[in-house]
Amino acid sequence: MSRVDLIEVAYLIAAFCFVLGLRWLSSPRTARRGNGVAAIGMTIAIIATLVDQRVVDYVWIVIAAIVGGSIGALVARRVQMTAMPQLVAVLNGLGGGAAAMIAVSEYHAHGAVSTGALGAVLAVSIMFSAIVGSISFAGSMIAFGKLQELLPGRPITWPAQKLINGALAITILGLAAYASLNFNDPLLWIIVVLALLLGAVAVLPIGGADMPVVIAFLNACTGLAAAATGFALGNSLLIIAGVLVGASGTLLTQLMSKAMNRSLASVLFGAFGGGGGVVATSASGEVLPVLEISPADLAAQLVYARRVMIVPGYGLAVAQAQHPVRELADLLIERGVQVAFAIHPVAGRMPGHMNVLLAEADVPYDQLLEMEEANPDFPQTDVVLVIGANDVVNPAARDDPNSPLHGMPILEVDQAEHVVVFKRSMATGFAGVENLLFHDPKTRMLFGDARKSLAQLVQAVQAV
Amino acid sequence: MSFITEILILMLAAWIGVEVISKVPQMLHTPLMSGTNAMHGVIVVGAILVLGAAAGGVVQTISGIVAVGFGAANVVGGFVVTDRMLQMFRRRPEPPKGDGG
Repeated sequence: MSRVDLIEVAYLIAAFCFVLGLRWLSSPRTARRGNGVAAIGMTIAIIATLVDQRVVDYVWIVIAAIVGGSIGALVARRVQMTAMPQLVAVLNGLGGGAAAMIAVSEYHAHGAVSTGALGAVLAVSIMFSAIVGSISFAGSMIAFGKLQELLPGRPITWPAQKLINGALAITILGLAAYASLNFNDPLLWIIVVLALLLGAVAVLPIGGADMPVVIAFLNACTGLAAAATGFALGNSLLIIAGVLVGASGTLLTQLMSKAMNRSLASVLFGAFGGGGGVVATSASGEVLPVLEISPADLAAQLVYARRVMIVPGYGLAVAQAQHPVRELADLLIERGVQVAFAIHPVAGRMPGHMNVLLAEADVPYDQLLEMEEANPDFPQTDVVLVIGANDVVNPAARDDPNSPLHGMPILEVDQAEHVVVFKRSMATGFAGVENLLFHDPKTRMLFGDARKSLAQLVQAVQAV
Repeated sequence: MSFITEILILMLAAWIGVEVISKVPQMLHTPLMSGTNAMHGVIVVGAILVLGAAAGGVVQTISGIVAVGFGAANVVGGFVVTDRMLQMFRRRPEPPKGDGG
């Protein structure tokens, strides 16, 4: 076998490792092994590429790889689990940026051979990875800025937004077509800059609550940009890995949109979420009452319950209350109470975020229920503790056709016998929508910082 | 590699991807995302080919350095953080023993 064949075999093995890794991600027992196998596949692919005869100069490769790799490792080791969405956004942007840079370089290399038109496949793949890679880079960085709260999380809007985005997109496509037919180096840089601008202005108007959808969507974009780079370079592994990521990102985008009952289009163009609070009023206009409960009373109720369900939202993570909530769950289980956590698909700032946060607090994964598993259990549940969640338990999503949340699948906590809501104040959720659950006669409120309230509750349970 | 072969590879990969990924439970969606994130770091392979080429001029060297740096950070960061997350997922604790953190 020639060296070229050997490299192809190595790529085949790497691709197999990637697929196996994803397959093993289907269960928490094998998931870590899956990630390891994918990492081995990546190592094989990189070694195979380094021995490629076309690679003759190693100095810059080694320097860039060491610098990039160390920064990546350092950040990945240090990052807090609550900051995971930010990190994923940044990594995603880096992949997109790399794809765009490769496209620029390939285009330049083509120009050294001929200044005429590019072949159709080369043209489409170069332009696709340059444009989509740049959009993904800039969009991800803006998403990072919003999640890290360097930028305001609420939608940032300005006049004629859609018109400007549309004009920008059409200009980019026009320039790309021209640059494909006539080689012109600076023109590609202009295309890259405009695509960066488009990525930024497309994500700026998107509200914090829609970030899970946006991150999943940008993930798909980067994957597809990598696949396009594979076409430009005639590299099968890039095509395979890029498409695998594209498929994963697309599936997650669909799942997230469905869980929020919003189409991708309405997320990207809707500027939704983050409105101001309004006081709940009944149909006749009077202010609705809320009933409070003390930690001591709640402790007694919990200890004598048969089944307790905990519904954690992002507010739980903000209050750093994962550990006290796990302590509470452990105490109740010791006393023979059945305890489970019900997790809405969009709890947290990215798909599956809440599960990671609870796993970090040592909550065993067999206590975590998905929405479909949890909903049939609520009618047999004695007490539901809603901690830092709001919109995902709002019955208006099910009952009120006029609510902006209408149609969003919710955790049907109002089916349980008692509901206790842990809340800082009566402010509304990210969607800025009033929640009638708080005024339900079976609901009690426990106001205050979730971490402190839970600590008091744990003490009270120990005292019962 | 012919264009048809490439398209064939793309279609097969998309099919396998959808099959495999649709089986990943919601619980593991964050690791799935960071794991696939690490996987698109495979772009570093393309970056190495570009940067290592003999004929490279200034444009290729600069864009290549950026691409390799980005790609390497993407790969290493992605796999490391995914591993960190996945090691936290465990079943019900073994009966009373130690504090568990």
